[in-house]
Amino acid sequence: MIGFISYLVNGISLGSVYAIIALGYTMVYGIAKMLNFAHGDVIMVGAFVVFSTVSGMGLPPVIGILISVAVCTVLGVVIERVAYKPLRHASKLAVLITAIGVSYFLQNMALLIYGANTKSFTSVVTVPPITLADGALVISGETIVTVIACIIIMIGLMAFMKYSKSGRAMLAVSEDSGAAQLMGVNVNSTIALTFAIGSALAAIAGVLLCSSYPSLTPYTGSMPGIKAFVAAVFGGIGSIPGAFIGGILLGVIEILGRAYISSQLSDAIVFAVLIIVLLVKPTGILGKQIQEKV
Amino acid sequence: MALLEVKNLGISFGGLRAVDDFSLTIEQGELYGLIGPNGAGKTTIFNLLTGVYKPTDGYIMLDGENITGKKTIEINRHGIARTFQNIRLFSELTVLDNVKVGLHNHHPYSTLTGILRLPKYYKVEKEMNERAMELLKVFDLDQEADYKASNLPYGKQRKLEIARALATDPKLLLLDEPAAGMNPNETQELMKTIRFVRDEFHMTILLIEHDMKLVSGICERLTVLNFGQILAEGETTEVLNDPKVIAAYLGE
Amino acid sequence: MKMRNLSKTTRSNLITYGMVIAAYIIVEIFLRADMVSSLMEGLLVPLCVYVILAVSLNLTVGISGELSLGHAGFMCVGAFAGATFSKCVEEVITSSLLRFPLAILVGTAAAALFGILVGIPVLRLKGDYLAIVTLAFGEIIKNVVNVIYLGRDSRGFHISIKDTVSLGLEDDGEVIIKGAQGITGTPNDSTFLIGIILILITLFIVINLINSRTGRAIMAIRDNRIAAESIGVNVTRYKLLAFAVSAALAGTAGVLYAHNLSTLTALPKNFGYNMSITILVFVVLGGIGNIRGSVIAAVVLTLLPELLRSLNDYRMLIYAVILIATMIFTSSQGGQEIQERIKLFFKRRKTKEA
Repeated sequence: MIGFISYLVNGISLGSVYAIIALGYTMVYGIAKMLNFAHGDVIMVGAFVVFSTVSGMGLPPVIGILISVAVCTVLGVVIERVAYKPLRHASKLAVLITAIGVSYFLQNMALLIYGANTKSFTSVVTVPPITLADGALVISGETIVTVIACIIIMIGLMAFMKYSKSGRAMLAVSEDSGAAQLMGVNVNSTIALTFAIGSALAAIAGVLLCSSYPSLTPYTGSMPGIKAFVAAVFGGIGSIPGAFIGGILLGVIEILGRAYISSQLSDAIVFAVLIIVLLVKPTGILGKQIQEKV
Repeated sequence: MALLEVKNLGISFGGLRAVDDFSLTIEQGELYGLIGPNGAGKTTIFNLLTGVYKPTDGYIMLDGENITGKKTIEINRHGIARTFQNIRLFSELTVLDNVKVGLHNHHPYSTLTGILRLPKYYKVEKEMNERAMELLKVFDLDQEADYKASNLPYGKQRKLEIARALATDPKLLLLDEPAAGMNPNETQELMKTIRFVRDEFHMTILLIEHDMKLVSGICERLTVLNFGQILAEGETTEVLNDPKVIAAYLGE
Repeated sequence: MKMRNLSKTTRSNLITYGMVIAAYIIVEIFLRADMVSSLMEGLLVPLCVYVILAVSLNLTVGISGELSLGHAGFMCVGAFAGATFSKCVEEVITSSLLRFPLAILVGTAAAALFGILVGIPVLRLKGDYLAIVTLAFGEIIKNVVNVIYLGRDSRGFHISIKDTVSLGLEDDGEVIIKGAQGITGTPNDSTFLIGIILILITLFIVINLINSRTGRAIMAIRDNRIAAESIGVNVTRYKLLAFAVSAALAGTAGVLYAHNLSTLTALPKNFGYNMSITILVFVVLGGIGNIRGSVIAAVVLTLLPELLRSLNDYRMLIYAVILIATMIFTSSQGGQEIQERIKLFFKRRKTKEA
């Protein structure tokens, strides 16, 4: 029983990281209507910046994280401006391939700077672990920080979307960018802002991911990125609470699958669950149904 | 026996009653009009007749067969073909190929025959080409057979859609606002073409139209729809002079 | 008018076949003259594999209009089915001339079967959802292959997903698939010539399919599903057919791939989504729906990183930049304007000369 709870806690912790990445994914997808394949690699960049500043230059972790968030925010905006904006009206496939190009670019840039060797990432979390049930259940500081960060980010985002002018502009653009433009919303800057927020979240996710799983390579962000997209689809793409629920569920399924079924098949289990969910409810758990008009 | 017999047809979307208690009888060879203000449910009726929507009440008989609730492709095989209000061509295919897709079920050969280029492939393709060119000639589109469908001017796209529908060799042709977006000259020409199709192919035609000139010019009988229900039906001139109809169009 | 159209497509297709044959002859001449580095020689069969994969994926993406990110999964099925077959019959059928074609048929059929099984649920979805689910299926196939243990002894076949011991083989038994270690000792039956023949067969199937009643139906569904249904085209059937043929041909490529290696393992690199994406890049850069473009793009983009080898560390970075730049140049409004201007410039010059 304690074993199960311990796995569950680990699952929620991993799921919280997925949720933070998925929040960025789902916002970008909802507003720019594109599958940003490079999102996962921004996570990796975020983690490397912290690695360089904290482990390399010996700066305090808080400063390192702030620099990382700043770098990724700028990176996100630059990527959008240089690679995606010219393709705003191009086919979906063209945009997807460009995103793949950006993903390759970031990976190989990191490879060039840091090499292919796995770096061991020092956790930035200083919160002490909680010991429960006479030492049988230990909840690590990383887990506590990750879960709390995830909840704060989700609530913050929902409040931002609901109450701020920029947030409502985002909603308007996601509903109908043409109409939003006519109503005086600056679509370009709204999309740029979306990328900025999504990339900032990716930086945070990168730091948290590598604090819990401390090995860092140029390809670290790739698989979590894909899984976070799965989580976003799972929860209903475009929906903020959906990304949160999808992320947590996916993390829990992955850890429990690894523990009780097969460690090698945990990814397969995650993807199988996705397929089942989409076949039963093609729009995800909280997604909207859209029917083609004849 | 009537070619098309619709009785008490109805459909609800959620709580909204889009079409209610709709009945219609069309005789073989008739040119019949379905008119009514925007949002009256005309296109919904086309969608019910062609199986895009399943009716919640009533039945549809085509040439003595009950086709209620059947799938779109089955209904097409029973003999109903249609055009769309917002043109739906196969935009990347050539004009000729658009019609040849319409001939799909009438000139079959297997996929393997096609890949291996067996003699039957050449024979059937030749038949298809000839038949498709015949149809294109009727609509004066034979010169543009090689064009990509999306490169045709608007009026010709509408005609191509009719040619494609006719290629399926239907008993009943449904035209959804065929004159939409046409200038008076094009509309005049379209009226001629529709009459020609009826006479030449012995076709029965049901059309939705807003252009009253076209409706009064070629339709023999009319049904007027308002808020999903029948407001009036009968001979064209009678119906168009009906005060109820005039009121519905001009607004009370 | 009609006849000219017919001969235009036929001529274009003949050029495609001719190009492949010419490439083969040129490479053979260089090989005979000993002018090909061993590195390049080693690339010849993989090149054929990539060309077949790109052409077959173009059937799904370009002709059927569905974005699939799981193509490598079908290649994986074909590779393992074909290699398992070859290992099993190696002693019975000693002639590779007979054994390899049979292995190709087995691998192709297995991949076709998976294509149908995956296609039935997947093709109900649309757009990005379809993309992500095909990616998911591809990853599942790769992961499952990694845990399969298959052995054979006098009592027949044994299968397990745990380890070799749990197969419970008798002393005379032989382990064929060793989980993550894959299959070792597959006969090296793949040659450049066979690769070229398979490319030609793939082209023959795909090109003839496109220019037939079936191909028209598939493209009609791509352009407008509702209109296709309204004129009696069975949408599910033709979508599934395109998907299955595409998967089957990926399986063919897989068999060719497997018989070019002494050890076959399912790694993210060769059968993961990264591979699927690489193939998609070939298709998109070659021109969606353009079969000859797929062939050229697969060859150029496979050779490009090798040609850039002198730049070593920077080559993948350059590759990424080329990818982004090409997409922006071909697909953005600004890029298209520049293209128009270039075309206009040449047109003017021509008219001036005339």
